[in-house]
Amino acid sequence: MATKASRSAARLMMAPAVVLLMAWMLVPLSMTVWFSFRKYLPLRGGDLGFAGFENYGRFVSSSSFWPAVSTTLIIVGSVLVITVVLGVLLALLLDQPFWGQGVVRILIIAPFFVMPTVSALVWKNMFMDPTNGLFAHLWRLFGADPVAWLSEASTGSVVLIIAWRWLPFATLILLTAIQSLDSEQLEAAEMDGAGPLQRFGHIILPHLGRAITIVILIQTIFLLSIFAEIFVTTGGAFGTRTLTYLIFQRVLESQNVGLGSAGGVYAIILANIVALFLMRIVGKNLDA
Amino acid sequence: MARAVTTRRKTLTTALAWVVGLVIFFPILWTILTSFKTEAQAVANPPLFLNFDWTLENYAVVQERSNYMRFLWNSVILAGGSTILGILVAVPAAWSMAFVPSRRTKDILLWMLSTKMLPAVGVLYPIYLLFIRFGLLDSRAGLVMVLMLINLPIIVWMLYTYFREIPGEILEAARMDGATLREELLYILTPMAIPGIASTVLLNFILAWNEAFWTLNLTAVDAAPLTAFIASYSSPEGLFFAKLSAASTMAIAPILILGWFSQKQLVRGLTFGAVK
Repeated sequence: MATKASRSAARLMMAPAVVLLMAWMLVPLSMTVWFSFRKYLPLRGGDLGFAGFENYGRFVSSSSFWPAVSTTLIIVGSVLVITVVLGVLLALLLDQPFWGQGVVRILIIAPFFVMPTVSALVWKNMFMDPTNGLFAHLWRLFGADPVAWLSEASTGSVVLIIAWRWLPFATLILLTAIQSLDSEQLEAAEMDGAGPLQRFGHIILPHLGRAITIVILIQTIFLLSIFAEIFVTTGGAFGTRTLTYLIFQRVLESQNVGLGSAGGVYAIILANIVALFLMRIVGKNLDA
Repeated sequence: MARAVTTRRKTLTTALAWVVGLVIFFPILWTILTSFKTEAQAVANPPLFLNFDWTLENYAVVQERSNYMRFLWNSVILAGGSTILGILVAVPAAWSMAFVPSRRTKDILLWMLSTKMLPAVGVLYPIYLLFIRFGLLDSRAGLVMVLMLINLPIIVWMLYTYFREIPGEILEAARMDGATLREELLYILTPMAIPGIASTVLLNFILAWNEAFWTLNLTAVDAAPLTAFIASYSSPEGLFFAKLSAASTMAIAPILILGWFSQKQLVRGLTFGAVK
């Protein structure tokens, strides 16, 4: 039983973390909200007064808004589909007994530890470069014309780069989840004559349900704010400008802070919708 | 799995698993190999696998031309500093939440998690402005603070899930024996908590090392870590694959090695204890 003294001590011990995070959240957030209602152009006169909801209106009615939304949805959606589907298959494979499990696991998890700027540049130059990239060599080998991946198939290329980094993450989490599955249940099903597909559909997949949901939610939060991969590959050109990148350009490149901040508020709202679902799952787990 | 597996099946699985593993690992392997080639060999067609004259020249050139060590040092300071600072702030908080829980503990934990969901780009300009105002732009101190704050929720969460696994009875017994809060912390909790703290340090060091939004936007020269150093290679000048590879290999090698030790912690840390 906690005493009164230990309660107040506990409160004191929590204070630094709570105060810091509170400040980290509230100060910039309120500034963003404030700026979003101002006509604020640092390079052209600074703060030019109250703008009402003008920035919010202009951000969504600009010609780059809807393309950015659809690019964001395509990139996030494709990466999610690729990583979850391949992640489940890989996790199933790695769960089987085979020689060299430890080493193969290391090989597969490695891309997740590669910093985003490195993976983006390595893919961009050494694989996707239309003159000297490996893909170009491979294409020529089969007599085809090399493809300028990042301009002709830009979205797909960016998806590949991002998925390569996140597939290991999905695989690792799904593998952890599969390994917690009771193997007796699988054996019983096998004895009752359930084939591999039935065992997968009726036992493994339902068991993985929660882990898959978590993978999707966590990845969505990270993928919505993908930045470095686009920054060093296309710089937002060739239809790879995501919502995050559009806001970055508005704020830092064209220095239209009011407009960018309104975009920021939209991004915050979007992220919070996803976060709400994730928190509900995590919160449930906390009670158990 | 305890089921009997035929050798034939195991052989097939082994072959398949290795092929998949090598395909996924290939870009890293290729980068490492290319870093030992000359620039001409790096772009040779057909590509050279192992049959080239291995050279360390690129590593020397990268260091000489760009002062690689300074970026490395910045990465170490930023990742290390933000992790240590984060641990100092988070350990007391996680300790009190794990051992003196109140009705609001769950809400506080979830609220902390929610700060992690804040998209960085949404607060980019305010942070940029504050950095200018306080002279923190391109300073290590400012970036250490930011990296600490973005990872603090993960640190608190990880520590919390580890601390909760320490049996509370031991603490109660110590309290009965008259141990003070200080003694409780020093002699009982710390030894039991060290493995959890070590895992948390490891994962957060990796996350901070690879962070590539704030480090790209808030640094220029003085405080720029390896993420920014590598990004500076995005405007190519002539033949440079081998040098890019050498720089990349140096930037990822330390973290690849650390990362391999942290697979388990990764799952726990990034799913906030929801998958173990």
